[in-house]
Amino acid sequence: MWPDVFSPQILNLLISSFGQTLYMVGVSGLIGSLIGIPLGVFLATSRSGELFAAPWINSVLGLIVNAARSTPFIILVVAIVPLTRFLAGTSIGTKAAIVPLTIAAAPFIARVIEGAIRGVDQGLIEAARAMGATPMQIVRKVLLPEALPAITLALTLTVVSLIGYSAMVGAVGGGGLGDLGIRFGYQRFMPDVMLTVVIVLIILVQGVQSLGDFLARRFDKRSRF
Amino acid sequence: MTLTPTSFSPAAAPAAAPPPPALIQLREVEKTYAGRTGTGAVTALHTITLDVPKGAILGVIGRSGAGKSTLIRLVNGLERPTRGQVIVDGTDISALDERALRHERRSIGMIFQHFNLLARRTAYDNVALPLEIAGVSSAAIKNKVMPLLDLVGLADKARRYPAELSGGQKQRVGIARALATDPKVLLSDEATSALDPETTEQILALLRQVNAELDLTILLITHEMSVIKAVTDRVAVIDGGRIVEEGPTFDLFTRPQHPTTRSFVSSITGNELPAHLASRLSAQPLAGSQVLVRLTFTGGDASQPFLSVLTRKLNIDLGIIQGNVDYIGGHPFGTLVVSTPADQAHLQALTDASRELGLQVEVLGYVA
Repeated sequence: MWPDVFSPQILNLLISSFGQTLYMVGVSGLIGSLIGIPLGVFLATSRSGELFAAPWINSVLGLIVNAARSTPFIILVVAIVPLTRFLAGTSIGTKAAIVPLTIAAAPFIARVIEGAIRGVDQGLIEAARAMGATPMQIVRKVLLPEALPAITLALTLTVVSLIGYSAMVGAVGGGGLGDLGIRFGYQRFMPDVMLTVVIVLIILVQGVQSLGDFLARRFDKRSRF
Repeated sequence: MTLTPTSFSPAAAPAAAPPPPALIQLREVEKTYAGRTGTGAVTALHTITLDVPKGAILGVIGRSGAGKSTLIRLVNGLERPTRGQVIVDGTDISALDERALRHERRSIGMIFQHFNLLARRTAYDNVALPLEIAGVSSAAIKNKVMPLLDLVGLADKARRYPAELSGGQKQRVGIARALATDPKVLLSDEATSALDPETTEQILALLRQVNAELDLTILLITHEMSVIKAVTDRVAVIDGGRIVEEGPTFDLFTRPQHPTTRSFVSSITGNELPAHLASRLSAQPLAGSQVLVRLTFTGGDASQPFLSVLTRKLNIDLGIIQGNVDYIGGHPFGTLVVSTPADQAHLQALTDASRELGLQVEVLGYVA
């Protein structure tokens, strides 16, 4: 049973699938962060009376974020095929899978970043205002740096979720570890491949979480004793 | 040269020069918060007029909810008045747009009850923050921050994070940070309320020091009379959004007029009668009762041996019920509650003789 897993073909498949997973999660996580972090900061600072008070825009964006987050991922993948084709030039393959992953990641990141920013003590915002800081200076010098430990944990959570989502993009030929597990382990009755995929995923998630925890602890200067 | 009356003309007497205009002037300021839907508007401050003279330390004392937090935030524009003017060093803060207000805030430092230091910045970097915000170069920041940390006695803690500092040290960093942009005014929002009494004393001493050395005008708010006593030149008592009494600290302690002021003063001078006596006190003399009289002595009167003078002169017996001597701004201020047989002629003689000695006399009542 085990020799199958380590046959050159299967091993190559494992390695390339691992690479595809990293590629999909990495790129969608990066683009998702570029959209989600500013969006999250805005959501956290634009209710009435806040730094960038724009309650209407806040509500509308909040609705859009909620709508995106409540759509089951597998439905999102097939529903946005035209958009995927427009952006990636194709609707199948690893590159195409990045589009739905990014669209799922951005609102998720926006919400976790919003939570992290809202966790910053209001007194610090008041102190910065009293120093004559502009709203942008408050974001750059107070909110983002002070929230960094929480932001690190939030992005760790995002990456772990994206690893899970990436298993579903096999539906559009996205490849990756999850796809390998389904196609070989389930559809071709190779439980050893399935088991190996699951073990690799567990190690990957564990590694990501440990790195995130380590960095968050390093960034956190509140508890040094 | 012979002294002639003309040499005392007002022009020649420096004491007669008009006092410099106050550095902070609140002119009939009113602050109303729009209520949530369904409730009415809430008025936090009613027509407040208050002057803080240049170089003075003025304390605003009030209970929580009296409006003192709102009042101090009007001075740096964190709150905008609904009506009236807030003038700081000749600039009408209430009329500035956001950009001009941000610039003006650099000349108004502020310290807070919970310090509000950035947890992920060292003491050095916290003090540097207002300078970074003002766009000062890092070389200039370096020349500014270390002397400030030195001034507050934390030069050796520059690389420490707030979590590694004690409460008092955190507030010292807060003070250094507030002074970084060379402000004319320091606002202190309950800056010692989270500190123990000993640390409070040290922080207040530091405030007095920067007030004197940097000619800094300080407006502080507190709910603690001990802070007022230790550090302020003038006090304003705020109650229900109104200033009910304002004046030099010594006068307020020795001659409080408003009931709120009296209750604050008695909270610290301890001249409230103990409960078992207060409950037995009656306004009318009864057979064989004793009268309780409070004698208040201030300034120079405090050092004369008035108790023995009174007993010798009037040939009466005085029992001591309660007594306390305090020093406010270096001036002694004391109260003494004495008891003596309730006899009208007797009491009149005691009152007259005490007034002659410069004491304030207050008949508290009679106990059987």
